[in-house]
Amino acid sequence: MMPLLTTKGLSRNFGGLRAVDNVDFALMPGEIRAVIGPNGAGKTTFVSLVSGRIQPSSGMVVFDGADITNLPAYARVRLGVAYTFQITSVFANLSVYDNVALPVQRTLTDGRSKGAVQAGVMAALERTGLADRTHMLAGQLSYGHQRLLEVAMGLALKPRLLILDEPTQGLADSEIDNFIELVREIAKSATVLLIEHNMPVVMQLADRITVFNAGRILAEGTPEQIRANTEVQDAYLGATHG
Amino acid sequence: MKDASPAKPYALHLGVIALLFALSFVLPDYHHGLLARIMVLAVFAMGYNMLFGYVGLLSLGHAMFFAAGLYGAGLAVIHLGWSVPTAFASGVVCGAVLSLVIGVLALRTSGVAFMIVTMMFAQVFYLVILYFASWTGGDQGMVVPQPARVLTFGATSLDLTNPIVRYMSALTLFSVVLLITLAVVRSRYGRVLVAIRENEERTKMLGYDTFSNKLAAVIMSGTICAASGAAYALLFGYVGSSFASVQYSILPLLWVLLGGGATTLGPLIGTLFMYYVVDITSGYTSAYLLIVGIALILLVLFFPKGILGTIRHRWLAWLP
Ligand SMILES: Nc1ncnc2c1ncn2[C@@H]1O[C@H](COP(=O)(O)OP(=O)(O)O)[C@@H](O)[C@H]1O
Ligand SMILES: [Mg+2]
Repeated sequence: MMPLLTTKGLSRNFGGLRAVDNVDFALMPGEIRAVIGPNGAGKTTFVSLVSGRIQPSSGMVVFDGADITNLPAYARVRLGVAYTFQITSVFANLSVYDNVALPVQRTLTDGRSKGAVQAGVMAALERTGLADRTHMLAGQLSYGHQRLLEVAMGLALKPRLLILDEPTQGLADSEIDNFIELVREIAKSATVLLIEHNMPVVMQLADRITVFNAGRILAEGTPEQIRANTEVQDAYLGATHG
Repeated sequence: MKDASPAKPYALHLGVIALLFALSFVLPDYHHGLLARIMVLAVFAMGYNMLFGYVGLLSLGHAMFFAAGLYGAGLAVIHLGWSVPTAFASGVVCGAVLSLVIGVLALRTSGVAFMIVTMMFAQVFYLVILYFASWTGGDQGMVVPQPARVLTFGATSLDLTNPIVRYMSALTLFSVVLLITLAVVRSRYGRVLVAIRENEERTKMLGYDTFSNKLAAVIMSGTICAASGAAYALLFGYVGSSFASVQYSILPLLWVLLGGGATTLGPLIGTLFMYYVVDITSGYTSAYLLIVGIALILLVLFFPKGILGTIRHRWLAWLP
């Protein structure tokens, strides 16, 4: 089977800092892949390179067999690469409805979905449990609901690859359980690349885990393999071993 | 924007148009003439609002689009002897072409740089008009002769210098642009424009080519402003470089701020209000500009959303 996403020698420098350093990465269709690693490891920079928010210093990004390294972010979104922001960035002054209508009408224009804007919006809001807040301003939602709205916007893009950057950050435990269900649900129709700090969430959801450290991939494997990897424990899990 | 029923906003806008129509038969001559002029300039303000209010791009150079229409129509009549409809079309096309060129160049910047770049282009445009004084009349400007300002359809003809014809022509242009604006801001495209204003980065990550969308908005805005300029030349018969000066780039900004940015009727209200404040105060004192300035400062301090923006915020959330 051909990977949905591969990166080859992907690097990004910020001045003297090599935030992403020569990363070779492959993601199979249908997978839920977790990316973990300490703060500043380069996880957000890496997915920003994949989504096209920032340009690489060198290397390439291949999506579904096509080199997308030089495509602008909006064109990648139209191919099916959706990115939800680590820092919640819904349109605070627009209604919940309008926030989701924007991605829905985009997929209609691109011919990636059919029907009315209204129906698409309600479908995405129902999946994320926000249907009863349609006409509230997004900025008036609770933080947890804003994170869910962010996911609803990603879903409404009908992505083939959904990138979630620390989606559970700041959520209450009860919200996290619902969230795990939601990601499982999403994974039935999309490949998921999930940056996540919360290890129980990672262990429950991920098919495979990639560990980043100092801009490089330190290890990669199943949750069991990663749990058993002493190098990872040193760098990230902080456990004493031996 | 909220997919609410379209009936209320359309009824309101048609009501405003009907009211302006009815006023033509009751207003005394002086106010009748003034209102015709206000309607044409409100079109200028609506064009400005399209970009400033809805997309959040603050241009300080929109006088060049108004002047492109003014000169595009005026010079076609005066030098080429074109008829009124073709001259009007000429003005509109000049505005469309100019806004395409300016858009492509100026949209490489944003924020303060965009303000400065648009102002510089407008200044160049103004100097070009002065430089080609033998054709443009320089700072004296030119009068469009009365015989050229007649619309003929076969046997019938309409004299645009006749006050009723002039008023109704102004009202027609105003109504068309108002309804276009309403349709645009309620459309999917209007939703994208507002999204760009609120957070351009996020809009890109939803799959929108924000540059192209902004360029389309600049062209739409510039073309509407040019239609206003072209109508001004043909209805009021004067083509002058003062309309290309920086003052006429700032006026539409003030009208829109006063009436309420990102409201469809705000530009009319702002233009109307400012004209009457100037009109009334200049009857009492020669320092009327001072009073206007103070009024504006108070407004920006206490009603930053403008007249209609405040009404929408407090009472009528459905206003487009
Ligand atoms: N826009 C930027 N400019 C300069 N340095 C940056 C920028 N973005 C990230 N960095 C740096 O790159 C490194 C990796 O950051 P990031 O990708 O956000 O890490 P993570 O998401 O794993 O916490 C950090 O040292 C960070 O300070
Ligand atoms: Mg991060």
